[in-house]
Amino acid sequence: MSTVDTRIARKPAEYKSDIKPIWCPGCGDYHVLMSFTRAFAQLGLPPEQIVVVSGIGCSSRIPAYTNCYGFHGVHGRSLALAAGLKVTRPDLTVVVASGDGDGYSIGGNHFLHACRRNIDMTYVVMDNHIYGMTKGQPSPTTEPEFDTALSPGGTRVRPFHPLVVALASGANFIARCFSGEPNETAAVLVEAIKHPGFSFVEILSPCVTFRPDEKAWKDLVHPAPVTATTDPGKAARRIMTDDGFNLGILYRGNREPFQPAVGATNIDLSELEKDFEL
Amino acid sequence: MSKTAGSPKVANLNDLLAVAYQIETDAVDRYNLLADQMETHNNAELVKVFRDLARAEGIHGEEIRRLSGDFDVVAHARQIAKFERGESPEEAELGSAHYLMTPWHALQLSLAGEERALAYFKSIVETAKDQKVKDMAAELVEEEAEHVNLVHRLLRRYPQPSESWAEDLDPPVPQE
Amino acid sequence: MAASPSISIAIVGSGGAGALTTGNSLLEAACAIGWHGLFTRTLGPQIRGGEAAALVRLAVHPVECLPDRFDLLIGIDWLNAHRFGSEIQVTPGTLVISDPQGGDPPPMVTRSGARIVEIPMKQMAKAIRDGRPNMIALGIAGRLLGLGVDQVVAPIAKRLADKGPAAIEASQAGIKVGFGVAAGIDFGMQLAAPSASATRRWLLSGNEATALGAIRGGVRFAAAYPITPATEVLEWLAPSLAKVGGVLLQAEDELAAINMIIGSSFGGTPALTATSGPGLSLMIEALGLATSAEIPIVVVDVMRGGPSTGIPTKSEQADLNIAVYGLHGDAPHLVLAPQSIGDCMFTTQWATYLAETLQSPAIVLSDQFMGQARAAIDRPADVAFIGARSVATDIVGAYERYALAANGISPMAIPGTRGGQYTADGLTHSERGIPTSGAADHRAQLDKRRDKLEHFNFGDHWAMVEGAGDLAVLTWGSVTSSAREAIGRAAADGINARLIAPRLLLPTQPERLQAALDGVKRILVVEQTHGGQFHRYLRAHYDLPAQVRVLNRPGPVPITAGEVYRAITEWR
Repeated sequence: MSTVDTRIARKPAEYKSDIKPIWCPGCGDYHVLMSFTRAFAQLGLPPEQIVVVSGIGCSSRIPAYTNCYGFHGVHGRSLALAAGLKVTRPDLTVVVASGDGDGYSIGGNHFLHACRRNIDMTYVVMDNHIYGMTKGQPSPTTEPEFDTALSPGGTRVRPFHPLVVALASGANFIARCFSGEPNETAAVLVEAIKHPGFSFVEILSPCVTFRPDEKAWKDLVHPAPVTATTDPGKAARRIMTDDGFNLGILYRGNREPFQPAVGATNIDLSELEKDFEL
Repeated sequence: MSKTAGSPKVANLNDLLAVAYQIETDAVDRYNLLADQMETHNNAELVKVFRDLARAEGIHGEEIRRLSGDFDVVAHARQIAKFERGESPEEAELGSAHYLMTPWHALQLSLAGEERALAYFKSIVETAKDQKVKDMAAELVEEEAEHVNLVHRLLRRYPQPSESWAEDLDPPVPQE
Repeated sequence: MAASPSISIAIVGSGGAGALTTGNSLLEAACAIGWHGLFTRTLGPQIRGGEAAALVRLAVHPVECLPDRFDLLIGIDWLNAHRFGSEIQVTPGTLVISDPQGGDPPPMVTRSGARIVEIPMKQMAKAIRDGRPNMIALGIAGRLLGLGVDQVVAPIAKRLADKGPAAIEASQAGIKVGFGVAAGIDFGMQLAAPSASATRRWLLSGNEATALGAIRGGVRFAAAYPITPATEVLEWLAPSLAKVGGVLLQAEDELAAINMIIGSSFGGTPALTATSGPGLSLMIEALGLATSAEIPIVVVDVMRGGPSTGIPTKSEQADLNIAVYGLHGDAPHLVLAPQSIGDCMFTTQWATYLAETLQSPAIVLSDQFMGQARAAIDRPADVAFIGARSVATDIVGAYERYALAANGISPMAIPGTRGGQYTADGLTHSERGIPTSGAADHRAQLDKRRDKLEHFNFGDHWAMVEGAGDLAVLTWGSVTSSAREAIGRAAADGINARLIAPRLLLPTQPERLQAALDGVKRILVVEQTHGGQFHRYLRAHYDLPAQVRVLNRPGPVPITAGEVYRAITEWR
């Protein structure tokens, strides 16, 4: 994370762009955007020091709605793009935004390797258990029995467990939030951004259009009864056995982030030719 | 989860003014956000309703600022007025918004917000130790009660729509 | 005995016989005393222990193509050597050294009428402690070429430096035995004395030259996913980038690799990745993103035989179509192709410069032949092309990332710059970068991205244009070396031809080609593809004279100068 300038108190509004979201009214992603701007303000980061990187999908529209630098790239590759950015610009704060289709399906492989690589960035997945942009197809987190046009009668395929995958792959910080609690989510995001290494924050974010049933999430979510553990074994057991609505920071690892030394050196480029001299 | 769980501590009059101010400001922001959403989704009637509501809450906020005199209620609000769990009481619930919503729905949202604010200030009247805080909270309760009545009066103009209000014969449009 | 300007040697062996070390050492020894030379290899599919052939061509002048025939063929053994039949041309003039214990010589030898001298290299090696037959072969070749023992030992000693003096002594003993036995063989050929070179010389592969060109052009980040035959570019970059304050990141796949370099470049650090056909196929989507979002990146494609997995260790020029036309939508971008090992450095440096200047992705089409061949070349001249991106600083007021600048190049704000915040987007966007599906914005930005490339003055580097005559040989890539040599031979016969080899394939340069073709009545197109991709590309973008012939052939066997020479001289 960039150095925080505590002298200037910043307002969430400073991190909002003048572009109006195209999200459906009632969408959880509005709350997530709010959480982003509140977290950035709490951290006091200058907006130009933050880069929000995303892929494709409803959630991936978020960069342009912030007043930070942004990259709305191709489907599923946001983590790779962010890795190239962060290793060459460790001074920037990099936040990657994704959804359950973008992040867990087409981008699944990058998720594993981003966790493993443990570059200092925060990965936020807005999980609504559905593909919204393409009109309601099942995603890797959709329940097996959920009926869609593409999977009549349900997929009958077991959903993916992103938190377990993140833990097994080496993520250094794992949390679950609910979009409907933007203050709590902002507080978790602040911790995630401050935590060194790869931080993974799964935000349950209901889709009002294709999953009106997810309105019930607000009554199902509850704060985690215990504080974050630094023990991956304990974390694994907790994450594997909870009800999926357990909110809060569930794991805080202490692995060193991956950051090679970069920056200009005094070496003359002709030094490199020596290998070839006859 | 209770809407007002984890509310900020109100120890004195200044705290109460700050919290009251923040509640109004949050409500303004929320109504404006809803108005923006309606603008994007071409629900012009609701744009007007939400902008009007935002304006009304803004006036309330200004009143509290005036009441605070020389005390910098804005700065103090930023310091202390944080609702740790859930949202600020008067904020309309975002998750209940719908692109085809009618003024009746908007007023229901507003009514729920006013009632939450009313309940919140009532709880302060009941629990506050400082008499000045009690008195001011009681005034705020009266005011919120008046708002609740106002919304009820408005609702007479906008009866509940038929069950088909959300019907859209056009299917959703795939993007990206 | 007449001195020849060029001698070619093939060394064949299998199962760890060390043919490649022998060939490389021979090249190094010969080049150290002033000769020029080229080393390529041809291999079986095994990772270890497979059959291998080292092809070495030594000359008094720079050479970068294989010969039409080999003058000396040494078979340390002949196991599976028949697979090299189409690549090693043996003629009655060839001297073949064969180990009688190494199996039967393949048909390419027995049917050639070549002179065969049997030398029991394996048996002779056994007499030396830790002796190896390939060192005897190296000694034989060294002696036949007129090198001194010390000259031949030197490169081997360097290679074995970390294995200790005993290993070096064993090799030296083997080389001496080879020298001894070769004293009794009449090769009948002699390489003309090397001419003193005015410039410093380098011995390197095209892949190494590519990597050096990238760093010289300003590349400070590379993303790597291993793939043959491009991996050496990345392996050379890994330690070299670290030396200059850059970094190489190994990606989980090619999709990640290209997105990583886009991220790096977005952050202001010039970036490159290197791959081959299958990897390029995976990178195409993100190349479109870089085009739309106007992010400078360089993608080196070291072409191999295709389609699909194809022939990973052999050369072809058949990725031209995907490089030029592979991107969906109207997506103007840069495509460049080096023409020789030394030119790999220039072209990659130039490509980096152009990508940075024009805020566009650049594909560099190298190929396996020049990528993995090693040659002694004159040190290429230093060029001033160093990344020059137009960057927005001191931003006042609303920043428009994609402003419609007169030359199409709009200054780019780098993250960290106050007031320059924008979101780079693959969605059609406005000048401010805001997504839109409006016809006017779509058209304006398509025009901008086209015009910035088409209106740029690429100068004389766009192509190599040499010679005169009403016949022009139009070719590209590593085939250029064979074409150049063929034209030289035809000239000796009194037939003049022009060589035109575009280095810049996109954007096309119709006016420049028109000028280069002034007075040309016939065109011979030479390319290493099965489908005539280069010919079709020329037809699509350029006006050609009425008389056009095409010499196209797929890999894996390189197109030789002799083939091109025949095509020139037979066209009367």
